Order: sequence, then structure tokens, then C-alpha cells
Amino acid sequence: METINVMNRIDKLFQQKKENILSVFFTAGFPTLHDTVEIAKQLQSAGVDMIEIGIPFSDPIADGPVIQQSSKQAIDNGMTVTLLLEQVKEIRKTVSVPIILMGYLNPVMQYGMDRFFSDAVAAGVDGLILPDMPFEEFESHYKQEMDRLDLRNIFLISPTTSDDRIERIDQASRGFIYAVSSSSTTGSKNEFDENQIRYFKRLKDKQLKNPFLIGFGISNKETFSAACQNGAGAIVGSAFIKVLSASKSIPNDILTFIKTLNSGIK
Amino acid sequence: MIYTIDERGYYGNFGGAYIPEMLYPNIEELRSRYLDIMGEGDFQNQFNQLLRNYVGRPTPLFYAHRLSERYQAKIYLKREDLCHTGAHKINNTIGQILLAKRLGKQKIIAETGAGQHGVATATVCALMGMDCIVYMGQLDMERQRPNVERMRILGTTVVPATSGNMTLKDATNEAMRHWINNPTDTHYIIGSVVGPHPYPDMVARFQSVISEEIRNQLSEQEGNPYPDYVIACVGGGSNAAGAFYHFVNDEHVQLIGVEAAGLGIDSGESAATTVLGKPGVLHGSKTLLMQTEDGQVVEPYSISAGLDYPGIGPWHAHLFETGRVKFLNATDDEAMQAGIELSRTEGIIPAIETAHAVAVLKKMEFDPDDVVVINVSGRGDKDLETYIRWGKY
Repeated sequence: METINVMNRIDKLFQQKKENILSVFFTAGFPTLHDTVEIAKQLQSAGVDMIEIGIPFSDPIADGPVIQQSSKQAIDNGMTVTLLLEQVKEIRKTVSVPIILMGYLNPVMQYGMDRFFSDAVAAGVDGLILPDMPFEEFESHYKQEMDRLDLRNIFLISPTTSDDRIERIDQASRGFIYAVSSSSTTGSKNEFDENQIRYFKRLKDKQLKNPFLIGFGISNKETFSAACQNGAGAIVGSAFIKVLSASKSIPNDILTFIKTLNSGIK
Repeated sequence: MIYTIDERGYYGNFGGAYIPEMLYPNIEELRSRYLDIMGEGDFQNQFNQLLRNYVGRPTPLFYAHRLSERYQAKIYLKREDLCHTGAHKINNTIGQILLAKRLGKQKIIAETGAGQHGVATATVCALMGMDCIVYMGQLDMERQRPNVERMRILGTTVVPATSGNMTLKDATNEAMRHWINNPTDTHYIIGSVVGPHPYPDMVARFQSVISEEIRNQLSEQEGNPYPDYVIACVGGGSNAAGAFYHFVNDEHVQLIGVEAAGLGIDSGESAATTVLGKPGVLHGSKTLLMQTEDGQVVEPYSISAGLDYPGIGPWHAHLFETGRVKFLNATDDEAMQAGIELSRTEGIIPAIETAHAVAVLKKMEFDPDDVVVINVSGRGDKDLETYIRWGKY
């Protein structure tokens, strides 16, 4: 087991890089079933710091239309949890950036929670985002096993999350915190307003023990650079799925998209 | 055995609040306040007065002579079909809109399948002068045109859900997304005993007036508040929850839930969740769920749009698992025949949902002294098209 005694890749990333972190989300099995591996490779080549792969679910309530549509297509393509774990193994042959799997609880529960945790780690996964897993449920049932496996569970917070709860989530978190930019589903907005900037400042001033990445509504170089000024970096999802949907040449389009995003910083 | 909800919001292995963090403040606000608000004297007065003077409660408990003779038992019909808007759904929407007002909310959203809950929500929003948006699957909007127009007449905006298979499940997803995007000024009126805690408990409490009345009415009419059987159809399970509520700890009262078997349990076109489902998480709670091996939710089927849901409420999942409620099912054809039967024996054209409950009379054996209460959850006006299309009458 090479994962034992090796530092979790998420921890390593945040130790080495404190700002301008770019994490990109895409749905497994989209646009076609076996694109997952190629997209991950291209993202690393393009200089992305972290990769989030979505486990498609039939009823993704926290996602806007773009990711919903990609999930539906991925399921229609035949995507399954088992296949995704095989694809991650394949990705790990060449990709060294941290990999996070993001998905709703039900498909993971059907696979078996503990079985999923250990198979994910064996495949080379560093962290999970399960948006509909309650914080309390994690603490009482899953924290111990995930810690044992050195698998990170990443929590979301939003502008309506209370100070108390942010502190509790910070205490229970390892790796980073996913700060949802607005009260919204994914992909809803194009720029930040005053309230959002105030919320980012509030988070910054808290001096949390974990760094935070800003996600939801990061769609272009302006929003990416604004996110980088307020947090350790950002997560891009829907905007990237849109690129994939329209793409005739995935490698070229990924390179161009990532270059454009990064052109606003430094 | 304990059948009630625990302090964590679970009924045994089922329930909970599996929601994205963005909804946490809303759900937490509801959870921490619903019992206090519902317990206020002022709230209860207003709720009870509206139930009496606006909804038309208490609804009659009618002794069905001819049906009783046919099945050799004392069969009573609880006439929820006589509620304003034509079904039990309004008991809950009245309760929730009064609660929403006390939480300071200005806008209401809801999901609807057949349109009954949508109409009941649109109705109370008109009554209270609140803005209302109802999400409805695009396919259901085409199937249930009259209810779409009723909601529009009442001043509600009906938004088609175009994701997924465009039915109730997708309308619920869209309503939840709307709530995520508008968390502060909006209350989401869920129409069944589903969703994250405290919804299943809150909706069951608002519907519990049904069994409260049955007890009083049986005391008067039979000299004994306890029936031998209570029979109700189960989609999400709100009318059944209301009809079972005050009998659940009286183990000698047999509770029967009836699910829609659609074209038959093994046909691939069914909505009988207790037969076909496994534990899973959908719409914020852990419950029995029709799903694939890989955890994708399966699209159910029933001729009745109100029973066309891939899960059941977590309380029902618990009552099923513990054996407290016996679950039976009826196919499309059995339900349609029972709808005609009730029409011809008692002069009551039931909603097709309700007809499923009537259909199991044929599958049960009674003693002549048995007191059987069937919850007539809704009337058949909305289903006239379906009766006509079925045609065998």
C-alpha cells in the first residue's frame, strides 16, 4: 500500500502553494463514457492544480442545468461508480495532482460507504465532496474510517452559514474548505457582487485553520482572479462542462480555456 | 416498539436531513421552531378555524351500506374528497402557510405531480395574499391541464420542470434548487410526508386531523373509537400518515397502506416502493427508494399521477420495516375497476389514488363485525379524462 505514510496530495498541494490554486470539476463519463481519463490528463498538462471528478446522479439537487445535463448524459452513456474507480486507476498512471470525487450520497451508499472509501483510496483518490452528507452524520459515522485511510472529506459553506457553524466545520475539516460563492446552485452567476465580496472578506478575517477555495459561479478570468484575491484559489465547474459540451478538439480547448482563466492572475 | 420520530429526526433507520449546506439554515430554522409555533394557542385557533370554515372540516365519516353488504364488514368512508379543492392536501398547505407567515417569509414555492398539492398551495397563497411559484414536470403539465389552469386562475406562476423525466421527482428537484437560490424570503411547502426532517413529521402532524376526527366519529357512530382496519393509499404517503397517525400506538388497529402496482409488480412499470425499493437517500431523507444497482433513482409508473413517486415517506418506510403497517398494492386495472365500483355502489367517484385503497377490499378477509375505515383521500373530478380513456364502464 503506497498510500500509507505518503502525504495526502491535497495537504501537499496546500503546503506548497498558498494562492491562485485552480481546481477544475468535470463529470465522469462525459461527453463520452471513456473521456474521463483523457480529460484528467489534459487538465494536468494544462497546469491545473487539482481535479474534481463528478459521480453522476439522477437527482443532483445542488447543481444547475449545465451539470445536471452532463450527469444525465453520463448516466445514459453507462457511467457507474465501479467504472469511475477503474478510470481513476488509469488516470493515476500519469496524473499526480490531487483527485477529488464529488457526488451525491445515494450512489456511494449503494456501493457501500466503507467499501467505497477504501476502493477510492486504492485507486488514488485523495478526497471526497458529498454535498448531501450531513456534517453530523460524517462526524458520527464516517470520520474515523476516512481519517484512518487518510481520505479527506471536503465540506461546503455558503454565505448563509453561521459563524458558529463555520468554526465547527473548520475544526472538523482537513485539506481545505469549499466556500460556495453565493446562495445558489452551481453555475448560476457571472460576477461577484458586494455581498459576495463582503462574505469572502468575512471568511478571510476569520483566520480559519484550513484554506478555502471559492466555487460556484467561477466562469471566466475575471471571476477566477477575483476569487484568487479573496481565497486560496477557486473551483471551476459549469463553465468547463460548457467547453467540453461544445468541443470539437478536447485537448486544444482545455489548454485554451485554462490559459485564459490563468491570464487574469500574476 | 417506538413508531414516533426521535430527537435526531429519524424513524428507526429512516429519515434525517440529507441536504446541501446551502439549505442548512432554512431547515434548521424550521426544525428548531415548528413544534413551538404549532403549539401556540393563537396558531391552533387560526388553523382550526380555517379548517372548519374554509376547508369544510370535520369531513363526514360515512357508513357505506352497499359496500358493507358486498364485503360483509362495516365499511366507513372518511370523506377527505369533500375538502375544499377536492383532496386532503389542503390540511397541510393551510398549516404550512400559517407557519411560513410566522417565520416572516414572503414567498411560497411548491412542487406538484398531479396538481392537487399545487392547487391546494395556490389556494392558500391566494387566501393569504402571498406570491406563489409551483414547479410541475412538463409532462405532468400536459397530462393535467385543468389543474395547471386552476393554479393560474388562482394567481400562481406554474414553472415547468424540464430536467430528468419531467415528472414529480424532477419538479421536487427544481423546487429544492429554487429554495437554494432564494433561501431567505421563501418557504417551501412540501406536499407529502417526504423531504428532510422536520417535513415528514410536520406534514404528518398537519394531516393527523384525519385520524383525530375518525376516532371521534367512530366513538359517536360505533361507540368505540378504534376501527379494526384503516386503509389508505400511499404515494409519498401524506393521506395515509394522517389516517394512521392517532392509531399507530394502538396495535389492535390494523393499518393497511396500498401502493400502486402500475401494470404489475414485475412489469417494470410500477410504483410499489415497499416491494421494489431499497434503502437510499432522495430529496433530503433516507427512505425506501426505487433505484438501480448503481444507485440511480428509477422513474416509477402508475396510472395515478399522485402515486407516481419512486420513494415513500421515511415514517412509512419505518412502519413497513417494523411490520406495523401492512403494505398491499393494486394494479392500474384493479384501481380503475374499484373506482367504478365505488361510484356505482355509493355514488362517490373517487380520485384514482383513492381507488387503489378501495381495490384491496377484494384481497382481504373480514369478520362481519369488523369496522373498516377507508380514507377517501380525493375526488375523481381531476381524473375524468383517465376514466374516459380507460373506458370500461
